[in-house]
Amino acid sequence: MTDQAYNFAYLDEQTKRMIRRAILKGVAVPGYQVPFASREMPMPYGWGTGGVQVTAACLVPEDRLKVIDQGADDTTNAVSIRKFFQRVAGVAVTEATQEATLIQTRHRIPDTSLSAGQILVYQVPIPEPLRFLEPRESETRKMHELEDYGLMHVKLYEDIARHGQIATSYAYPVKVEDRYVMDPSPIPKFDNPKLSNSPALQLFGAGREQRIYALPPFTHVVSLDFDDHPFVPSKADHACDLCDASDSYLDEVIIDDQGGRMFVCSDTDYCGGRRAAGHVGRLGEEAI
Amino acid sequence: MTMTLQNLAKDQPLLSVQGLSKSYGTRIGCADISFDLFPGEVMGIVGESGSGKSTLLSCMAGHMAPDAGRVIFDTASGPRDTVQMAEAERRRMARTDWAFVHQNPRDGLRMGVSAGGNVGERLMAVGARHYGDIRDTATDWLGRVEIAADRIDDRPRAFSGGMQQRLQIARNLVTGPRLVFMDEPTGGLDVSVQARLLDLLRGLVREMGLSAIIVTHDLAVVRLLADRLMVMKDGHVVEQGLTDQVLDDPQHAYTQLLVSSVLQV
Ligand SMILES: Nc1ncnc2c1ncn2[C@@H]1O[C@H](COP(=O)(O)OP(=O)(O)OP(=O)(O)O)[C@@H](O)[C@H]1O
Ligand SMILES: [Mg+2]
Ligand SMILES: [Zn+2]
Repeated sequence: MTDQAYNFAYLDEQTKRMIRRAILKGVAVPGYQVPFASREMPMPYGWGTGGVQVTAACLVPEDRLKVIDQGADDTTNAVSIRKFFQRVAGVAVTEATQEATLIQTRHRIPDTSLSAGQILVYQVPIPEPLRFLEPRESETRKMHELEDYGLMHVKLYEDIARHGQIATSYAYPVKVEDRYVMDPSPIPKFDNPKLSNSPALQLFGAGREQRIYALPPFTHVVSLDFDDHPFVPSKADHACDLCDASDSYLDEVIIDDQGGRMFVCSDTDYCGGRRAAGHVGRLGEEAI
Repeated sequence: MTMTLQNLAKDQPLLSVQGLSKSYGTRIGCADISFDLFPGEVMGIVGESGSGKSTLLSCMAGHMAPDAGRVIFDTASGPRDTVQMAEAERRRMARTDWAFVHQNPRDGLRMGVSAGGNVGERLMAVGARHYGDIRDTATDWLGRVEIAADRIDDRPRAFSGGMQQRLQIARNLVTGPRLVFMDEPTGGLDVSVQARLLDLLRGLVREMGLSAIIVTHDLAVVRLLADRLMVMKDGHVVEQGLTDQVLDDPQHAYTQLLVSSVLQV
């Protein structure tokens, strides 16, 4: 049911070739930000046009696509991107992490382990991890080139000086294969360990900033820290109130006017899968 | 044999500037400058506004590419012409072996980062990864430049001009550089603040045995700090020698004018 007004997956073949070249370069130099000529997409930048372009360049008709926003398949952003690709590529879609061949995500890595052959595409707002303290692009590029990364630790130092600990909890900077410092996009730091040594191919697209970068399968990724303030991939100290998982990232949800709250998996597919398998959390029965 | 080489190395200049020239179009910035700086020596460069002091300093420190000439630095692996180095290598060397103190502390500090972070940056750039140690070193250095330890988490914006300049000095010296470039380090400060900063700099230079090149148009600064002096005019060096000799018995008419105009102030 592809809309015939468009080429497969919306972008023309020349553009896809250009984006694939950037992706290949990114794969060849893990963590390095490759510039690319970002195209106008029929959606605003905040909607992840970088990720959408990377997805469009990777899709083949046999793919099964999953799109998540903050872990959920049913948010507006996720639904419209999924519909977009159904319309312009006619690919099959799924909500099951294990069944998807390509997953586009914003702000999360699925809690179900990824496997070989899968591609995870991240939507990236600001690809430059050094941007906050050094606004000059010419300078940050030079810093990457020269591995001049003292500044990155200055940010963590400032965190500890101000808050007593490293307060950065999203977009926590990492070093890739002991070479490039990389922004993992605004995923919670809980997800950082999943970046490393993943059997899946991870691709990052920033539309407004026109950058693509990549982590090929089994890339070594380390979260930056200090010897006396080691990286901790923390999450809420609870189990999921629906499926009782204690190893998933949790969202806190207000459930009534009396300030009652519950903790639930942010990864809706993971939570649903566990409940289907018979796991029941503290509020499980009531909530279903 | 090895002994001889080592002895030779000791007699080698730390920095050897040879025929350094830089023009801006048809205007001369500096022309055919040559001199040697030996370990532990402080060289002063004086001259009126526009005489080429900053141009020369920028060319030596690699901030600007000279049109001609060599800047040979005695690196860990022997003397190297830093002008010919790849930028990556020059920068790596600059952040370990060199330091640069700007006239305006805003050019040399990160204004959005705390005093401790400013001092710690060079430490972290060369691999320090223990927060407690970095903080201790930063505290120690703030003390050495007479900034109270309880200001360590304040941003430089909250500091006076003199404090900012002292912070810039601490930030530069914390990794024990072998050569320090300073462009008018006391410029833009009140006279009393200048005097205190000069005192402090003199103490640090002596204590650390620093090798330094200080650009200034203030003869009092070189009188206090510099072992040797170069006098520049219109991009050329018109006179050089031991500081006291040049100041007490200037040979060149321009130097005589410079010295006498200071005495009149
Ligand atoms: N960016 C530039 N473009 C063109 N001419 C310049 C530039 N910078 C310096 N010059 C010229 O080069 C000459 C030397 O300038 P320089 O800034 O090196 O002098 P200076 O001795 O440091 O002066 P000051 O004491 O005022 O700082 C002057 O004639 C100046 O006008
Ligand atoms: Mg100047
Ligand atoms: Zn759950």
